[in-house]
Amino acid sequence: MKTTRSGVSEKANACESRRYAVAKSHRERVGLVLVAVALMAFVLASAGTAWVRITNFAVLFVLLSLGLNIVVGFAGLLDLGYIAFYAVGAYVYALLASPHFGLHLPFWIILPIGAAVACLAGIVLGAPTLRLRGDYLAIVTLGFGEIVRIFMNNLSSPVNLTNGPKGINRIDPFQIGPLKFSASDTFGSLIFSGPIKYYYFLLLVLLAVIVINRRLQDSRIGRAWVAIREDEIAAKAGGINTRNIKLLAFAMGASFGGIAGGMFAAIQGFVSPESFILNESIMVLAMVVLGGMGNIWGVIAGAALLSFVPELLRYTVEPAQRALFGKLLVDPEVLRMLVFGLALVLTMRFRPAGLWPETRHRRELNEGRV
Amino acid sequence: MSEVLLEARRIGKRFGGVQALKDVSLTIKRGEIYGLIGPNGAGKTTLFNVFTGLYPRDSGEVLFAGSPLSLASPHSVAAAGIARTFQNIRLFGNMTAQENVMVGRHVRTRAGVFGAILRTRAERAEEAGIRRRAAELLHYVGIADRADDLARHLSYGDQRRLEIARALATDPKLLALDEPAAGMNATETAALRCLIEGLRKDGLTVLLIEHDVKLVMGLCDRVAVLDYGEKIAEDAPDAVRANPKVIVAYLGTDH
Repeated sequence: MKTTRSGVSEKANACESRRYAVAKSHRERVGLVLVAVALMAFVLASAGTAWVRITNFAVLFVLLSLGLNIVVGFAGLLDLGYIAFYAVGAYVYALLASPHFGLHLPFWIILPIGAAVACLAGIVLGAPTLRLRGDYLAIVTLGFGEIVRIFMNNLSSPVNLTNGPKGINRIDPFQIGPLKFSASDTFGSLIFSGPIKYYYFLLLVLLAVIVINRRLQDSRIGRAWVAIREDEIAAKAGGINTRNIKLLAFAMGASFGGIAGGMFAAIQGFVSPESFILNESIMVLAMVVLGGMGNIWGVIAGAALLSFVPELLRYTVEPAQRALFGKLLVDPEVLRMLVFGLALVLTMRFRPAGLWPETRHRRELNEGRV
Repeated sequence: MSEVLLEARRIGKRFGGVQALKDVSLTIKRGEIYGLIGPNGAGKTTLFNVFTGLYPRDSGEVLFAGSPLSLASPHSVAAAGIARTFQNIRLFGNMTAQENVMVGRHVRTRAGVFGAILRTRAERAEEAGIRRRAAELLHYVGIADRADDLARHLSYGDQRRLEIARALATDPKLLALDEPAAGMNATETAALRCLIEGLRKDGLTVLLIEHDVKLVMGLCDRVAVLDYGEKIAEDAPDAVRANPKVIVAYLGTDH
């Protein structure tokens, strides 16, 4: 009896120390990644400011995907109109910081307002769709996304609220005290251009969103979301107020979309309904699904990949053709979408759970080997 | 504290043209194991679903622990203290056994979004409590060694046990088991019987729907028999077995 007990405790000790070692190396790895990501702006800048800009938009899409992942990945509610919340956030920023209404509020006031308005929009969308699932929910959310876009398009008369299809121009960039995000600053030999400043701001927001996502996932609320995804009736009978918890998923997802939208408006300096078409909703959903629904890191990888690959193709397809054939045979834009679509089909054929699936799914795939 | 835990008065439930339940009244006393039997389609599961709020009832009322259950939603029924398992097991298949039980603690815990995001001291303490209780319950039903396995990879008998553990996690006053021995072999059934007897010993009231007559007769303090949505008998197991109405319901009349 005694020997077994000490044996067990030894095993537990070994386990404990291994866990500590894992945690330590994990922390080192996270630190390395952070340093690399922080320095990346300058590497990119040396390749041209355009690449920093592209990266910034990629980060925006990562934020959107993380928001949608709460709704689709955690709670299992298929949302095809997610871009509407991005639109809401963008328009809130545009209206409160542009000559359109002559309002120029600072960004740190507008971003929370944008998040709150988007959150409200999420609840408005969520409330009537609570009884719907799967295909039916997808159709309703698709309709919601279109309604928001069409509103933006038509709310120019009798009161000119959104300036219609012409969009809103000359939106204020971020400004912290004397630090303007629109101009370049030099510190010693380092040049901080506008996009680089936005890059760092976006990184901070991204870091916060990742932490929030991780913590939600491991919480009472996160478990309730997954329970609803797995079996709604059992979740209900187990004491989960599925109505509120689903609304919460919509509201949280929408808030992230709203924040991303506000930053989009500031970076772009211009918003119009055209930026919020159905295609964008589908793109964000593709990022979530391709990366691996439910796994935060997979979703980030999916969003980064789907943002960068088309841009890389844009910059390589034309020169490659000229080098090979001496002339342009296929329009880069056409080829780009072709390659893109093919990549999606192949991924879904060979990695149906996504490139980097949630641990639960991965464990399930590996089970045969153990 | 009264002796009666649950009192159902003249419950009626209709699905289109089918009268699934007709004026069913019954009382369940604290600390007893109350059996509900009847031929297939007699309305046992329907009555279960009415008690647990999954179906709204058309008429009648249910008193639980002295206060009426309104036409309540399932989650408030769970909060009031009725927990259930399902005839066709309904676990959260892609969550581990431990996580399944942790979900059961949802109704007795409070942490919200902000607690989770800020990892407040209260949230962390609550989370540790949830984890501890889940481990205890897995141990209690005898599947502590499967805590980290996905629920859908457990054996059939273990899944039944896990469902009971998840139900127990809601701190119920009444545990309602819908055919827990269905599909079990003799060994598993014997083990289940031990588990249910243990629950009674620990002061829990159990409502049991079961087809395994031997199990029902051996376990239950009182048994009610449903036939075509009506209660035709309610008595001690031996008396029910001798009841001519029950014999007719099960074996048919002698024409």
